[in-house]
Amino acid sequence: MTATRRAGDTLLLVLGLVVFWEILHRIAGETAMPAPLPTFAYLLHNLATPRFIANLTTTGLELGYALLLAYGIGLSIGIWMGAHKLSGAVGEPILVSLYSLPKITLYPVVLLIFGLGISGKVAFGALHGILPVALLTMGAIRAIPPVYLRAARTLQLSPWQTIATVLLPAALPEVFTGLRIGFTVTLLGVLLGEMFASKEGLGAMIMNALQLVQGEEMMTVAIVLFTFAALGNGFLLFIEHRLHRPM
Amino acid sequence: MTRIGLIRLAVIVALIGALELACRIGLIDHRVIIPPSEMAGALWTLLASGALNAAIARTLGLIGLVTALSIALGFVSGIVIHALPRLRAALDPFFATYYAVPIFIFYPVLIAIFGLSVMPIVLIGVATAIVAIIIATLNGLDRIPRVLGKVARVHRLGRIATALQLQLPAAAPYLFTGIKLAVSYGFIAVIAAEFILSPSGLGREIADAYADFNNRRMYALILFLLIVATLINAVLHSLDMRLAARRSGGRP
Repeated sequence: MTATRRAGDTLLLVLGLVVFWEILHRIAGETAMPAPLPTFAYLLHNLATPRFIANLTTTGLELGYALLLAYGIGLSIGIWMGAHKLSGAVGEPILVSLYSLPKITLYPVVLLIFGLGISGKVAFGALHGILPVALLTMGAIRAIPPVYLRAARTLQLSPWQTIATVLLPAALPEVFTGLRIGFTVTLLGVLLGEMFASKEGLGAMIMNALQLVQGEEMMTVAIVLFTFAALGNGFLLFIEHRLHRPM
Repeated sequence: MTRIGLIRLAVIVALIGALELACRIGLIDHRVIIPPSEMAGALWTLLASGALNAAIARTLGLIGLVTALSIALGFVSGIVIHALPRLRAALDPFFATYYAVPIFIFYPVLIAIFGLSVMPIVLIGVATAIVAIIIATLNGLDRIPRVLGKVARVHRLGRIATALQLQLPAAAPYLFTGIKLAVSYGFIAVIAAEFILSPSGLGREIADAYADFNNRRMYALILFLLIVATLINAVLHSLDMRLAARRSGGRP
């Protein structure tokens, strides 16, 4: 099958989705589900307004801080538990079971500790991202052939040098997978945080639009978020594939 | 218990003990976190009073419904998509990005369409969980050994017998991976939906207790959900282990 035909088929499916949206609009009515075309017009009209940009900036800022925390803490835990066998053996099942818990139940606790402002949402986003980053980093470091470590010892590298010149480069492709998944779940965490008890950010905007019965705005925010998430993921995936290629 | 298991237990006990101590001596404000022993006590009284029964039944029932619907619909869709390679190729980019975009952001849209009932919760739950089942079904069907088709022909098995006796068992481990994911995705989606906006349910109870500054009730509810989630995960994990053991044990 040629690539163009495949792309054509995917395009057909996207068109199908828009048609489905139109049908949903016909069934659900104007207030609940606006039609696709007016929504796109609304999107073009409102994307550059200060209100939209302010909310976009808030979400972006929260996501940025949350990612910084998630990556920093996640990588530290992952490197430590990957390099130190006993800690890894003890800690892995704990991390796995924490990973599979529904983090949303802990959001009130995060709010009580960090308050209702930006820091609560940042902490909640980071909470989502830390565990996948830590788990995948740990796995990546464990999978490094032991001969690399022996070489590092022969060369009498310090622990820092070992991490920077041997462990990280060898583990990078897998670690990067962790960073990509971390990006996805951190974004979800930040948005969930914004949807509950928040006044700023895209998540709050969507809840606000629900209260004001503004279908166009809801769909606009959803489209913007989907596009952003898909592009971000695609970009990280692109880098990941390059890293996985043998040099 | 192994040495590592003992150390793990000691670490967990030490962490809970440290939290208890920090709360008791006032290092952590009572208005922020209550001591774990109080959480357990509050949960015990709450469960014994029966005040939670309706919310528990509703939430767990919804999670069960979402999981069952996702498994049934996802499995059938997976088989259909597997049979149509062109559709599958077109859908591939969607599957690859599906879990990278925050599908949950559609929950308010669903409320706008269906009103504040169980419908939006079930739909957002199924929307979150079903793709994991579809992907797992495609994976499982892809990995059915070709030789099984020959075996079926040699034994002159019919289409249905082949599917039930050969193909399904061969694909089962992959399907189970999907089921495991679907349960946890369904759980998260239902609780999150209830927490953010819903007429009732455990998630709503937590949000209400938070809004009322009723920390004892809130922490009791959180503890309950964490225990339920841990139990469900443990059961699924042990089933997974048994399946894996049977698979490797069945080989010569």
